[in-house]
Amino acid sequence: MKAARALLPALLAPVMVAAGLSGCAPASPGAAASDGTSRASGTLTVFAAASLKGTFTRLAGEFERRHPGATVMLNFAGSSDLATQISQGAPADVFASADTRTMGRVSDAGLLRGQATGFASNVLEIAVPPDNPASVSSFGDLSRQGMKVVVCASQVPCGAAAETAEREAGVALTPVSEESSVADVLGKVVSGEADAGLVYATDVKSAGGKVRGIPFPQARKAVVTYPIAAIAESRQQELADAFIALVTSNEGQQTLQDAGFGAPPSASAGPEGSSGQ
Amino acid sequence: MNTGLRRSTGAYAGIPFWIYPIAAAGALLVMLPLAAMAARVNWANFVPLVTSQSSLDALGLSLRTSAVSTVLCIVLGVPLALVLARGSFPGQRLLRSFVLLPLVLPPVVGGIALLYTFGRQGLLGRSLEVLGIQIAFSTAAVVIAQTFVALPFLVVSLEGTLRTTGSRYEAVAATLGAKPATVLRRVTLPLVLPGLASGAVLSFARSLGEFGATLTFAGSLQGVTRTLPLEIYLQRETDADSAVALSLVLVAVAVTVVSVSHRGPRRPAAPPFGSRPVPGERTTAESAAGGDVR
Repeated sequence: MKAARALLPALLAPVMVAAGLSGCAPASPGAAASDGTSRASGTLTVFAAASLKGTFTRLAGEFERRHPGATVMLNFAGSSDLATQISQGAPADVFASADTRTMGRVSDAGLLRGQATGFASNVLEIAVPPDNPASVSSFGDLSRQGMKVVVCASQVPCGAAAETAEREAGVALTPVSEESSVADVLGKVVSGEADAGLVYATDVKSAGGKVRGIPFPQARKAVVTYPIAAIAESRQQELADAFIALVTSNEGQQTLQDAGFGAPPSASAGPEGSSGQ
Repeated sequence: MNTGLRRSTGAYAGIPFWIYPIAAAGALLVMLPLAAMAARVNWANFVPLVTSQSSLDALGLSLRTSAVSTVLCIVLGVPLALVLARGSFPGQRLLRSFVLLPLVLPPVVGGIALLYTFGRQGLLGRSLEVLGIQIAFSTAAVVIAQTFVALPFLVVSLEGTLRTTGSRYEAVAATLGAKPATVLRRVTLPLVLPGLASGAVLSFARSLGEFGATLTFAGSLQGVTRTLPLEIYLQRETDADSAVALSLVLVAVAVTVVSVSHRGPRRPAAPPFGSRPVPGERTTAESAAGGDVR
């Protein structure tokens, strides 16, 4: 772990030099200008939850436009995998998680600089195949005899949210499968194996016409918050702060909302994400 | 004992010295990560971690499904290997390529292919559904996925044995009036038993480790479709200790299984399962026992 950290700058140095040259920007980190652009340069590595792929790819493009000397490297995976990688010394500058629990794990390990900020929220929807073969119209329908429902396992954020929704609705589901990622749930619905699945609103949106989303009121009680934070070990603190500022800016929020994300529940940090030191 | 000069295994051990460090690096590449994982095991809680209800369900399901898959591999794989090794028909080479495909195919791809075959909207799935048989999300789906990925191991192993054994004894048996079925039962199968056994053990090990196809095709439900690898994958989300402990259990089972099956090739002169068909003329039996597995 220690050795890996020591090696890292050596490995990244050529990349940073290349990035600096191609952008024709001075290699020294400049001060942020008031209009949101800065002369800071280098490579910013962002670890983000898989569900953020579309929005963060777009935001990274916008970021590079505003910071001509900067290159954003994006690493998308399940939040839990990313948290494990970060705690094992992976070279992240910014971490955006799909739930506060995972961010809390990184925060508790003392790996964050400052506090995590909630920047988006997501709600569950019932996803059904486009022709809705089992005629699902409400959450209660999911407990019908013979209904093939697929959910996330309770160990992963979408499963925890599904359990909350079940409690709220007073409906006990007997799922045919409890998947370990929301993508697997979506896959089972897209392929028509399942009559219905509980996925996020953003998943329904990104699946295009392959599934139909049915919002349900109980989902409001099971909103998940997406927190973002800078990593303490980062050597790109200024760029990291600028990236987080972009994500939480009006423009960043608009991009997220276009993809189906909701606004963060409150202006600042999520409950578990606030114990960073 | 050793009939052929160039084939006298064990007598010539002149390996260039520089081979050793490279071989050591290769061995380390495989063993170091396993050691690193073992070092991370929380031994104080090891027993409670691996004996939780979900862990036991997963282990039990893995052992049961792998056993059934192995039986299926034998039932389907022995005829397949016979046809490939001894038969002669157009498209034989093509068939062999296809049968071996799961060896090199990413299991997820296998899972997707199975989904479009046995799934509700699949090629056979729709007809099966009419008959009231539902494969998706059932333990049967796990067995199908495991058999799909494990079958080539048995076929490769057995076909190799069949080829190196040759068909001399069978020919003799036939001239003595034995019918093909009798030859198969009394001569061929006893001769290739070592290859069949090691192939079956490898199939079992492969079934035990099957992950991608199961995840894609069968789903994941405790006691029904969530095998040990899927349980490890899930536990890893929240409980790294439990995931590591279960991984070690899986490694231990796999090491046991593989070491049992691979005792053979080290001692070519002594057939591992004691098949000595005809005393006096042992060259083919020796080469069969020695050269079958690899």
